[in-house]
Amino acid sequence: MSLAVSGPTASAIAHGVRTGERRAVEVLEEHLARVSAHEGDIHAFNLVLTEQARAQAAAVDDAVAAGHDPGPLAGVPIALKDNLCTRGIPTTCSSKILEGWRPPYSATVVERMAAAGAVFVGKTNLDEFAMGSSTENSAFGPSHNPHDLTRVPGGSSGGSAAAVTAGFAALGVGSDTGGSIRQPAALCGVVGMKPTYGLVSRYGLIAFASSLDQIGPFAHTVEDAALLLEVMAGHDPLDSTSIPSPSPGLRASLGQGVKGLRVGIIEELSGEGIAADVARRTVFAAEALAAAGAKIDTVSVPATRFGLSAYYLIAPAECSSNLARYDGVRYGLRVTPEGNDTNIADMMAATRAAGFGPEVRRRIMLGTYALSAGYYDAYYGQAQRLRTLIIAQFASAYERFDVLLTPTAPTTAFAFGAKTADPMTMYLNDVCTIPSNLAGHPAISVPVGVGDDGLPVGAQILGPALSEALILRAARVIEQAL
Amino acid sequence: MQRREARRFIDTKRDRVETPLAYDYRPMSAARESPLTRADVVHVANLARLALSDDELDRLTTELAGILAHAQDISALDLSGLPPTSHPLPLVNVFRPDKVRPGADRSEVLAMAPAAESDRFRVPKILGES
Repeated sequence: MSLAVSGPTASAIAHGVRTGERRAVEVLEEHLARVSAHEGDIHAFNLVLTEQARAQAAAVDDAVAAGHDPGPLAGVPIALKDNLCTRGIPTTCSSKILEGWRPPYSATVVERMAAAGAVFVGKTNLDEFAMGSSTENSAFGPSHNPHDLTRVPGGSSGGSAAAVTAGFAALGVGSDTGGSIRQPAALCGVVGMKPTYGLVSRYGLIAFASSLDQIGPFAHTVEDAALLLEVMAGHDPLDSTSIPSPSPGLRASLGQGVKGLRVGIIEELSGEGIAADVARRTVFAAEALAAAGAKIDTVSVPATRFGLSAYYLIAPAECSSNLARYDGVRYGLRVTPEGNDTNIADMMAATRAAGFGPEVRRRIMLGTYALSAGYYDAYYGQAQRLRTLIIAQFASAYERFDVLLTPTAPTTAFAFGAKTADPMTMYLNDVCTIPSNLAGHPAISVPVGVGDDGLPVGAQILGPALSEALILRAARVIEQAL
Repeated sequence: MQRREARRFIDTKRDRVETPLAYDYRPMSAARESPLTRADVVHVANLARLALSDDELDRLTTELAGILAHAQDISALDLSGLPPTSHPLPLVNVFRPDKVRPGADRSEVLAMAPAAESDRFRVPKILGES
């Protein structure tokens, strides 16, 4: 039995609430009712914020009643990935090392959504510190795919994807370091987007790999994804990697179609290693674009073949540095070994071994090794040069094409345990999504029907830096062809 | 217009490095054979401040060697003509106005510490570390 729903959309909710046709508290109760009924089966959330959400929704209704406009997300129930800081509300990264921690500040995106009238339903489950592709690395147990409870929802933002899919929230927020928004969106049959690096402030997003991480939306529709991205984007002085420019308008051009758009199918990411049913649905996406007037051709971007290897050196290297802060001193878990002679180094090593799960320990080890004396240039330096090559080859491709097309993930949602035995098998999930993170470019996953097993398939549209409006337009055309 | 403003920060010369699609993927002659030993793993665990069990050290020796073997495909490429990219955005020396703004509340921060005393974080002894 599928627990997936296809709405209501955030755009419809916000419109209804702003015009007084609907009350935010009613919208919220409908979503909370689905949480009550199905969260036990799905486990999308680490924490459901029932009372706070009710207060937020009531405040939105009060504002409307007083003649004020609560904003473009008025009364929209939103699910927040649990690596986004929420002041005074537990933020765990699905890790034992942060269990019980309540941040002293909120992420900029959380503040912006709240100021736009959003209602936060809860904090969603993820692979520990966003490292994984299935939520099986969560310290609190995996989330389940609403289309088939025996399958993973994808990851790392699997909880947010599942929450939107199951109708627990109209919108979800995730973070994407190597595909952690787009892959779960594909596996759950919703829209998921990674914006251009720097478009959305990461202040208050708990860091995994700082040169790759980016926050983005999950939504039922392309229009809803554009709506949420408009609210989240724009310069933030608190994030030094934030592009110094206001949020772009994205919805105004959404309906302009793709007539004359040059679409390139990336050869290296469309053949070998991609399941036949997934490949067929990618062809459907290309045909939908062609039918709407786009020009389709294939393009070779050979360095993307090496993206996975570069990523699995760069991301662990950066994580080994970022996660050094979890040392049992300032926040989170502290484990002090027995004995009178315990010093701070013993405490730190015991705390970190007890607080981090196996995948996080593995990546810290890999990254520490890749950065250690004698190996830095052979591994990390080489991966950084490969990154330059990928960026240059994308630049060449974008001289001939406006956007590029690939599958989002190589397969539909897989069964629990199917890919946990060998780390490399799990890492291969991200082969199509990683190149955009390495380049800092935007990419969107849009549903394109189902595979042979009846489970959702996503197609990915990639564009050059700051081409959000363009890839959203293309995604909209595919969405309407379905 | 906003878009053009933002583009200034994206389009750099680096994006136009001369690398044709038919890049020569010539392996370096001295490509390293998988060099990872258990002693390396013990050393790295110490650097990373992770107190790992013997079983996990054994397992990681195998797993990390497997992942590094996969990485051989790029460590074997001759990319010596290319500069490294550490970051996709060429923003450098980002400044903000030197204006006082509220920081985190001290008591709120210390309340989350595993141990605190006299407005400070309390830790086990830091001297006598071997």
